[in-house]
Amino acid sequence: MTPITPVHYMVLSAALFIIGVIGVMTRRNIIVILMSIELMLNAVNINLVAFSNLWQNAAGQVFVIFVICVAAAEAAVGLGIILAFYRNKETVNIDEMSLMRW
Amino acid sequence: MGQAIAFYTLAACILGFGVLVITAKNTVHSVMFLVVNFLFVAGLYVLLGAQFLAVIQVVVYAGGIVVLYLFVVMLVNLKRPPEAHQDRRRRGRLGVTCSLVVLAELVAIAAYKYVSPAAGLPPALPMGPDNVAQVGMLLYTDYLIPFELASMLLLVAMVGAIVLAKRDL
Amino acid sequence: MIDLLVIPLIKIVIVLTGVLITVMYLVLLERKVQAWVQVRLGPMRVGPHGVLQPIADVLKLFVKEDITPVRADKVVFTLAPIIVLVPAIIAFAVIPFGDQVSIFGKPVPLHIADLNVGLLYIVAVASIGIYGIILGGWSSNSKYPLLGALRASAQLISYEVAVTLTFVSVILVSGSLSMVDIVTAQKANGVWFAFVQPLALSIYFVGALAETNRSPFDLPEAEQELVAGFHTEYSGMRFALFFLAEYANMIVVSAVATTLFFGGWLRPFPSVAFLHFLDFVPTWIWFVVKTFLVLYLFLWIRATLPRYRYDQLMRLGWKVLIPLAIANIIVTAAVKVALSD
Repeated sequence: MTPITPVHYMVLSAALFIIGVIGVMTRRNIIVILMSIELMLNAVNINLVAFSNLWQNAAGQVFVIFVICVAAAEAAVGLGIILAFYRNKETVNIDEMSLMRW
Repeated sequence: MGQAIAFYTLAACILGFGVLVITAKNTVHSVMFLVVNFLFVAGLYVLLGAQFLAVIQVVVYAGGIVVLYLFVVMLVNLKRPPEAHQDRRRRGRLGVTCSLVVLAELVAIAAYKYVSPAAGLPPALPMGPDNVAQVGMLLYTDYLIPFELASMLLLVAMVGAIVLAKRDL
Repeated sequence: MIDLLVIPLIKIVIVLTGVLITVMYLVLLERKVQAWVQVRLGPMRVGPHGVLQPIADVLKLFVKEDITPVRADKVVFTLAPIIVLVPAIIAFAVIPFGDQVSIFGKPVPLHIADLNVGLLYIVAVASIGIYGIILGGWSSNSKYPLLGALRASAQLISYEVAVTLTFVSVILVSGSLSMVDIVTAQKANGVWFAFVQPLALSIYFVGALAETNRSPFDLPEAEQELVAGFHTEYSGMRFALFFLAEYANMIVVSAVATTLFFGGWLRPFPSVAFLHFLDFVPTWIWFVVKTFLVLYLFLWIRATLPRYRYDQLMRLGWKVLIPLAIANIIVTAAVKVALSD
């Protein structure tokens, strides 16, 4: 068995990222789409931590903390928008979110 | 050897639950799979020697953000679930395109690795056994301004979320 | 090999058995204390003074019919009690029960693991338990459980913020996230952190009452309004798991309070030299005694105080406890900086 190198982590990260992309592209439920975005952010985080481990430099982990911050902000605002939208249109289908006004 | 076993187990679980997140019919099940996925990612961080991040991942992601998702899923009590996109072929085409992109990316990584082996970056702060102190030191010295900006971002997001979600202010 | 596998395994078995037995008898203790407060006798029939009552309760719950509602989400309904119980039990992994002891000339520390992120680990583990409550209420497909689950999760999240902020001020004083280091810091300072951080202790205690859904904050299972809250539809062994988890959580928060504020396994007055004769008591006895005193406080409060209204609960959490905790952190940090110069 070959030792685990950063390439392994990059492959894992790329695969997870693409799962997120496919989720965003194929699902119509906006909550699932937001969750797919979280998956993509996690894929990025895996890369950052893997390289932080490779270079023995904790800066990569600091970036992950910022990514988590942004993810939290994004989730709060995104879910607020979903709630406001649902209150007006009674749906969470993203295809029906095409109007600027209603 | 042990590390390899741990890595492959975690990777398989992360990818498997990732697929389940985007394929589950019931949104609540989707959210549950997302939590499990995050827990396995936290396991991966432990494997990489980032214990602090692993715990933060569980506290913030699994304990905070995903609970928000669960709340919204329950508040948005759907009578008619959002159906899949009308164009059924679009999904297939998209899958192929995405896989091709990933394949290209992986080939590029592998090729790059053999063409130019990494030169080696001098570690700014050599990582010792105390992961918490290390991250904290960087966060409050070199990255102080981004850290403050992040806190402002969170404050703005909090205000924004309240304004959006409240029926009438 | 022995150090790596056998000793931790033995410790895990001992802690697990100890916790489960303590939970069983905590239920009996609660009924007895309530009875004494109300000038009753409490359970008296099973065994002398009812000491075998927990065993009878467990047997009863085992043999009861286990009902799953027809429209329930079966998998989630089965998983929810497990999701609640497992975090409550694995939190004991980082709690230091005593000082190092030597068994057959081999030094054995009385904790399962000393993580360098021990305190955060407890926060993390506690935040996972919320899922069991929400999912249990949701999967029952019934109104009262869903309302109870939403109440419980909102309450847990709100008070978790305050509790975590009190941890920050303790970390500032101790300078470490490791539970063992926090106890040794109290030894080095010669004073329990309860006296250094009295405000943090009070906020932690109120928050702990709310986080374990105990009276006066037992709104998620307020009988008069919600039947039984999130576990209304549960019966038999699955209900027992919820029950077990609630009491295991009480023991966790009491053990954490003991470790952070009451010196963990240190004897009383660790710096007073002429009390050395107290050292003949094994360290873990001190830990158990202190934890039970905190637990007794929980029972006492349940027998004394009436329940809060939900808006009062939220106001107390967000407008009183969290600002106080933040102010406490700022003052602690300022004093620490001032003293270090």
